[in-house]
Amino acid sequence: MDNAIPATSLSHQSVTFADGLPLDCGFHLAPVDVAYRTYGTLSPARDNAIVVCHALTGDQYVADPHPLTGKPGWWSRMVGPGLPIDTDRFFVICCNVLGGCMGTTGPRSPRTLPDGTQEPWGTDFPAITIRDMVRAQKLLVDHLGITRLLAVVGGSMGGMQVLEWAATYPECVFAAMPIATSPFHSAQNIAFNEVSRQAIFADPQWHGGRYWECGEIPARGLAVARMMAHITYLSEAALTRKFGRRVRHEPGRVGAGGPGSLFGEMFEVESYLRHQGSTFVRRFDANSYLTITRAMDYFDLGAEHDGDMSHPFAGTRTRFCIVSFSSDWLFPTSQSRLLARALNRVAANVSFVEIESDKGHDAFLLDEPDFDRTIRGFLCGAAEHAGIA
Amino acid sequence: MRLDQRLIAGMIRPRTRVLDVGSGDGALLDYLFRNSGCDARGIEIDMKEVTRSVAHGLPVMHGDADHDLAHYPDNAFDYVVLQRTLQAVERPREVLRQMLRIGRYAIVSFPNFGHWRLRLQLLTRGRMPMTSVWSRPWYDTPNIHPCTILDFLTLCRDEGYGVQQWMAVDEDGERAPWRRSIRLANLFGEQALFLLRRKDGPRP
Repeated sequence: MDNAIPATSLSHQSVTFADGLPLDCGFHLAPVDVAYRTYGTLSPARDNAIVVCHALTGDQYVADPHPLTGKPGWWSRMVGPGLPIDTDRFFVICCNVLGGCMGTTGPRSPRTLPDGTQEPWGTDFPAITIRDMVRAQKLLVDHLGITRLLAVVGGSMGGMQVLEWAATYPECVFAAMPIATSPFHSAQNIAFNEVSRQAIFADPQWHGGRYWECGEIPARGLAVARMMAHITYLSEAALTRKFGRRVRHEPGRVGAGGPGSLFGEMFEVESYLRHQGSTFVRRFDANSYLTITRAMDYFDLGAEHDGDMSHPFAGTRTRFCIVSFSSDWLFPTSQSRLLARALNRVAANVSFVEIESDKGHDAFLLDEPDFDRTIRGFLCGAAEHAGIA
Repeated sequence: MRLDQRLIAGMIRPRTRVLDVGSGDGALLDYLFRNSGCDARGIEIDMKEVTRSVAHGLPVMHGDADHDLAHYPDNAFDYVVLQRTLQAVERPREVLRQMLRIGRYAIVSFPNFGHWRLRLQLLTRGRMPMTSVWSRPWYDTPNIHPCTILDFLTLCRDEGYGVQQWMAVDEDGERAPWRRSIRLANLFGEQALFLLRRKDGPRP
């Protein structure tokens, strides 16, 4: 029935936890599959493990080719032998997040109905939180026999997971590196997510979330969601540098008339965004997008503590390194500074660096030598303090 | 490491918690971690220095004395160090209060505006003095709150801080031989270095 979605036929390295886990919403989700990739070798003392947490539309394929797109892993310039997250020294684990669509349990996973039949969860998949994602990762880390992680590292939504790791399992996290992230999802970012979701809802092929029944996917809506979100990952300077006002003429386009018609020409930036949208829908599930963006919206470290973001970190012994990028307006430096000060209030060991870059939020995925040096240095320092040769 | 930083390091007991405000290239932090087993952290205003320090594995955050000390809890550190920066902060008295709130001891070094060369220049030329220590013209200097050793001692008395240890040092950080007389130190010391404890702080 769901064979319209080719991605489901892929097999991923994963572990099934039959007992599942209790979610923040009160629902007990079982069983739970956690799909993951590892790189490097776990030391005999099991003390060199680093968990890398992926962002909203990322996945566990950090440093090997993506099975659907064939493209290099999303952080292959950062994770590998001799690279800043050096797999010659460290054992790197990356899980697909709970609610995702690359093998970990999510809206596209099957559930058993009361009458014994199976169908995908779809929009009935329970609301999850960033902390639920981290709990699922903890199941895997326990399964691998690792009691303390040398570090947890991640950018954007991955950074939110880093913070939840440090807050929920402080004794398991020796060092934490939240990158281009925030201690809570801002009103502006919730607003952007809502526009993305409305674009999906408005697609007639969404079919109320049961698009698998018709063998369709809400490709238009999901592509528009991605296009809009992609703008927020860049900066005006980056868009100007890459595309400027350059125009290309495409006579074959839908809506393109003769010379002088309204849409006869296309700006290069439009073409770029369309390409981003159309390639995205081939690898991502719309219901996963809805589930995960909602989890981000709910993220607020101070929510259970009268808004005090430092409370979850009281007494923490974790070494933190907060990194922001000067042109990131989606997760601006001001939000990282709030986080740094919250950690100061509990006298946590915190480094805080703003990397000068004009590449916007996406800078954490791109070539930024100062950022590379920061990650490498922080991890080496953490390894030294942890007593790992 | 500069010689005056060695003198500072000599004031700090091993295996204590230290916050170095204005940690620069992180030399003191590195020394305190490796040689004294201290939990040493830094705050630095210059982002390039912050990046360089973190890239060397040192815990340094971007920030400054005026705005970031207020966020730390009481007694978070044993020592809070402020090197050659007091004269450049917006509110020196408040910075000292914060240092001795979050730390049991404060270690402060500053260039002495009472040095004879400065006095002589002002007297003979009638213009703002310029020396190797005070090297920038009045309109371009970050040093908005210069003071002399005597001025600083008066402030410590007014605030009730105990002076645990003090010394005058020359520009290279070599200890100057004016330890017996504050007045001579105020005339011949290019830099001053103080170890302070708070009013109700522990006795030596």
